[in-house]
Amino acid sequence: MMTLILFYVTSAVAVFATIMMITRLNAVHGLLYLILSLLAVGVIFFLLGAYFAAVLEVIIYAGAIMVLFVFVIMMLNQGHKTIAQERAWLEPGTWLGPSLLALILFTEMLVVIVQGGSAETGHVVSASQVGMALYGPYLIAVELASILLLTGLVGAYHLGKPILKMAKPRSEP
Amino acid sequence: MSVIPAEMGLLLSGLLFVLGLIGVLARRNLIMILMSLEVMLNAAGLAFIVAGSRWGQADGQILFLLVLTLAAAEVGIGLGLALQIFHRFKTLDADSINQMQG
Repeated sequence: MMTLILFYVTSAVAVFATIMMITRLNAVHGLLYLILSLLAVGVIFFLLGAYFAAVLEVIIYAGAIMVLFVFVIMMLNQGHKTIAQERAWLEPGTWLGPSLLALILFTEMLVVIVQGGSAETGHVVSASQVGMALYGPYLIAVELASILLLTGLVGAYHLGKPILKMAKPRSEP
Repeated sequence: MSVIPAEMGLLLSGLLFVLGLIGVLARRNLIMILMSLEVMLNAAGLAFIVAGSRWGQADGQILFLLVLTLAAAEVGIGLGLALQIFHRFKTLDADSINQMQG
């Protein structure tokens, strides 16, 4: 019963954060709500018993991929407007909404901890089960995923190289 | 049988997917389009996890891992392209980049 209530509250947080994300005019404001949406989906993974996927969602999606977005947004906002922009971004209206949503998720975590550290889900698929299947029948998928990541690395390097060249003092006309 | 009904999980997944689709179609900022794409990929991963939890199999989480890999590669390439477009056209508006004669 408690798990069901937590599930509905988290779903509401995820949907609300996503709606706020697609309606923000400023990319940074949208990014804050997107992180909240991803964290809420991570909590839902936990409630569904997929602990390994929940950890990966927080570390890779809300951690690594969002850092990439922040880097690119910061790279595109150079110049004299930056200081005024930073001041505008730090207004209370900007971070109050995401903070409230994060507070709801934090309260849910406290509720789960007080309850005894785990939500009562039906099927818990542990990380060892995932690992056994991943390196057994799904071995070719792992190889293909690694090739995909290598392709992404080479492609991103190739796309980013001319910009690094352009950033240097220009010698060509 | 899980406590959380699988229909509700799939409903949430579909709702998030549609919201991401609306974002891709309605927004014209390239960064916002990429972020909405992330929401769509995440919703697809959520559907896999719900199905894996419904039948108690590890396959759902493995497919989520593959979706995660795809999202990481897609974001790397997409942000590289956005940087290139910004440096060439000085804008991130997807509508103003309609002349690509090379």
